[in-house]
Amino acid sequence: MVADSQEMVKKMFTQKSARVETNKGEEYYNNLYSKMRARLDSLKAQPKLKEMDMMEIIESEGVNRRDFMKWVSATTATLMLPPMFAPLVAEATELMNRVPVIWIELQDCAGNSEALLRSSAPTVDDLLFDVLSLEFHETIMAASGHQADAQLEDAMHHFKGKYLLFVEGAIPTAMNGQYGTIGASGETFKEHLERLAKDSAAVVAVGTCATFGGIPAAAPNPTGAVGVMDIVKGKPLINIPACPANPANMVGVVLHFILSGQVPELDSLLRPKFAFGYRIHDNCERRAHFDAGEFVEEWGDEGAKNNWCLYKVGCKGPMTFNNCSIIRYNEGTNWPIGVGRGCIGCSEPDFWDKYAYERPMADANIKAPTGGVEKTVDEFGLGLLTATTVGIAAHAVVSAVAGKKSEHGEDNE
Amino acid sequence: MSKKHLVIDPITRIEGHLRIEAVIDENNVITDAYSSSTMFRGIEEILKGRDPRDCGLLAMRICGVCTGTHYQRSIEAVEHAFGVTIPKNARLVRNLMQGGLYVHDHIVHFYHLHALDFVDITKALEADPKKAVAEAHKWAEIAKTNPWNASESVYKQVQERVTKYVKQGRLGIFGNAYWGSKAYKLTPEQNLIALSHYLDALELQRELAKALAIFGGKNPHPQSLVVGGVTCVQDIKNPSRIAEYKQIMKKAQKFTKEAYLPDVYMAGTMYADEALAGVGGGLGNFMSYGDFNLDDLPFYDSKKLFPSGVVLNKDISKVFELDQSKITEDVTHAWYEGTTNLHPYDGVTNPNYTGFGKKEDGIAYLDTKKKYSWIKSPLYDDERMEVGPLARMVIGVAKGDELISKYVTTFLKNGNLPTKVLFSTIGRTAARAIETELMADKCIEWSDELAVNVANGDLSTWTEFDFDKVAKDAKGYGMAEAPRGGLGHWVKIKDGKVENYQAVVPSTWNAAPRDYKERLGAYEASLVGTKVVNPDEPLEIIRTVHSFDPCIACAVHIVDTNGKELSVYKVDPLGASRA
Repeated sequence: MVADSQEMVKKMFTQKSARVETNKGEEYYNNLYSKMRARLDSLKAQPKLKEMDMMEIIESEGVNRRDFMKWVSATTATLMLPPMFAPLVAEATELMNRVPVIWIELQDCAGNSEALLRSSAPTVDDLLFDVLSLEFHETIMAASGHQADAQLEDAMHHFKGKYLLFVEGAIPTAMNGQYGTIGASGETFKEHLERLAKDSAAVVAVGTCATFGGIPAAAPNPTGAVGVMDIVKGKPLINIPACPANPANMVGVVLHFILSGQVPELDSLLRPKFAFGYRIHDNCERRAHFDAGEFVEEWGDEGAKNNWCLYKVGCKGPMTFNNCSIIRYNEGTNWPIGVGRGCIGCSEPDFWDKYAYERPMADANIKAPTGGVEKTVDEFGLGLLTATTVGIAAHAVVSAVAGKKSEHGEDNE
Repeated sequence: MSKKHLVIDPITRIEGHLRIEAVIDENNVITDAYSSSTMFRGIEEILKGRDPRDCGLLAMRICGVCTGTHYQRSIEAVEHAFGVTIPKNARLVRNLMQGGLYVHDHIVHFYHLHALDFVDITKALEADPKKAVAEAHKWAEIAKTNPWNASESVYKQVQERVTKYVKQGRLGIFGNAYWGSKAYKLTPEQNLIALSHYLDALELQRELAKALAIFGGKNPHPQSLVVGGVTCVQDIKNPSRIAEYKQIMKKAQKFTKEAYLPDVYMAGTMYADEALAGVGGGLGNFMSYGDFNLDDLPFYDSKKLFPSGVVLNKDISKVFELDQSKITEDVTHAWYEGTTNLHPYDGVTNPNYTGFGKKEDGIAYLDTKKKYSWIKSPLYDDERMEVGPLARMVIGVAKGDELISKYVTTFLKNGNLPTKVLFSTIGRTAARAIETELMADKCIEWSDELAVNVANGDLSTWTEFDFDKVAKDAKGYGMAEAPRGGLGHWVKIKDGKVENYQAVVPSTWNAAPRDYKERLGAYEASLVGTKVVNPDEPLEIIRTVHSFDPCIACAVHIVDTNGKELSVYKVDPLGASRA
């Protein structure tokens, strides 16, 4: 292995994730605190959309104040705010019902809706009845047909300029967008989205289909599917990718909006840094095995039985920005790496074409997005990504040699 | 004269984008019905050219509801092609994941997607909580059990919570529904019981999702299946993980016996006249692909929990063995080119979108004489079929399967119901509840079986195979049952790549448009003859369509991109500046 690669590997794996500053200094946080305080006070002065008292609900369900505060401090940390913000987060939770939400589904599989239904904090019944002012959501709403349309119209006009528009699913653009229509008039998804986005306060693209086009946009993208940010212009826009998006991040975005009246700090892909500021790899429970050069080589082998690193069976954790390794899924029950299948990079653009296979990056033969020609991923010329690939493959070899497991190494070119 | 044409779009409380159009006569009886899917993604086309080992992850995204079912079928299709048989631990884990999904999915379907077709939540506010307790006992007795969470204080609390909610004026997701319609038949107390269970079921489904995540990594869209087995070694090895699964399943079992089944008796009794009259019965042809391997023989030699088969014209005295080669798809009324029926191995689906027909008063009507849906019309031996829990129960009974017959007979006997009530909208809903009980019982047995097998020292989770040898030229299918019916994936592999891929799934069968002989699809057939109390509030239509548990994204077929400009997605680097 060449020295340059080793240098690169060293740099890559010793630097902090660099995408996010977790400590921005006292002055910054004091300013932010007063801004958020003022925002909450102004929200409080607004008429309630719902009369529910959050604490009353929490207590009536046998969840005591202490449990609630535990959740609040965890959420404060998830939002990457210092502990002094916890009381504000608690207050914001109580004020969530001041922000109406309209949720629409386009080229989707309802996976993100299903994920929302699995929300544990707040629990889903609280979300539906008490916390969120959810005005429209096809998967769970009572009305159908023209009554549903009327419900949507009413919410749009009643909350003009105030509602958060959650969008699940991609938007087909080929054939004038007619791969998806909705409502009696046969409105295309694109027209539907544009109409609803127009009067929203902000648009939240939830799940990888809505953010980056997701599976319908995978090669050869038969319907010309794109994400929300390719259609909606001139509105604050937040992307919460992943397949499905973690409901904790959905709640986090709403809370942040309540706290600040703005979208949270975003990365270049419009993802909130509080959730997408770290790589999976940075906080992975199997990281020590990576460093020790201990890898699962085949499904069900000794390495698998000992929870070794999944890089060689295709884990894309080193290239993927998401907080699953911290918050996991389904109330922390498990996550893909826990279950031994590795990360497929589902919060990254084009992950179906770049990452979602069970071989390491360097070994992957995948179909080029332009169709036909077979190329290895390294030939894609993906800049940083290729560098990462080489680096990690190199590291894998270095680790294998340094570690206790004797290895024949692995092709990285 | 005076025929009216109803358009219901969107049909809500389903997965996917579904439009129903119905023609009613002067007596408000439906004379014609049309089912149309209005969204299309092309996932089978996306699967072409990929490594067959990766198909499962992609194919799973066909649906976020039958999440895991597509995953498993896709992996099994490839295993079938490769001639790989999975080890016992892998089989049991797959059964636990898939069985758990049934329990989860059916409970969510009944309470959160279907119940509001029977339950008027505004009427629950008028109920007397004390009387509701007595009412709950009455239905639990029929199911020979204690009622779920039935006490005056519980019902009062539910009532207070919902009263507050209603008083605020904005009903949110419960807004602008058909509340007060004469098509609602439950008493205030019955509405209150059901509403209380609606809330409890929200909590329970969240727990059940955790059970699925134990072996699946997350829910929806689990991530632990691979060609040859499963990857969740540490969750199999750890007895406390298996115990956690079992604990959650036991809670679901209790809920099913104490709430779900009594509620089905309650709703069924209140709508008994419709059930007896066979309202919503539909085609009367039933098919099951069969599912849940009970031994470790190769997939199609194994004994199954749900047998495969075909029953025609509700005649359970005769059952035909399923032969997958008799499955074809027809596109006469679907937005694709072609005229011939093709088997899924050879499925060709070039899009031919002809759009809507006439537009009047802002409404676009389907061009029902021609093409009107993105769903094809599958046929079995040139017959239209219904699939789903009712089909599984019917075929189980017709085949004389002891276990299925026991659950079905007990349900009918306890409720003092004739078999024919099953062939209706209510029957379809009841079959799902019967199956949930059976499935929860089985999942608990399987979790014990897994724990014992691991304790005996078997830690095998994967069968090795030589990819380069087996993936040269192969084809296979993964045919089994999703909660909502027969779900199959067919794959052709050449030189290690997917050459052709087709899925023929529950809602393809059920939600399909008319075929080349102008015969109706299952939804369509089930609606014809139904009387609608108030055409402006077509609750009866929604109730019957919901009884199938529509899942439309799964059902929609592929598009060929020959000759089309290919769209390449680009990340917009300026995106951040908009925020």
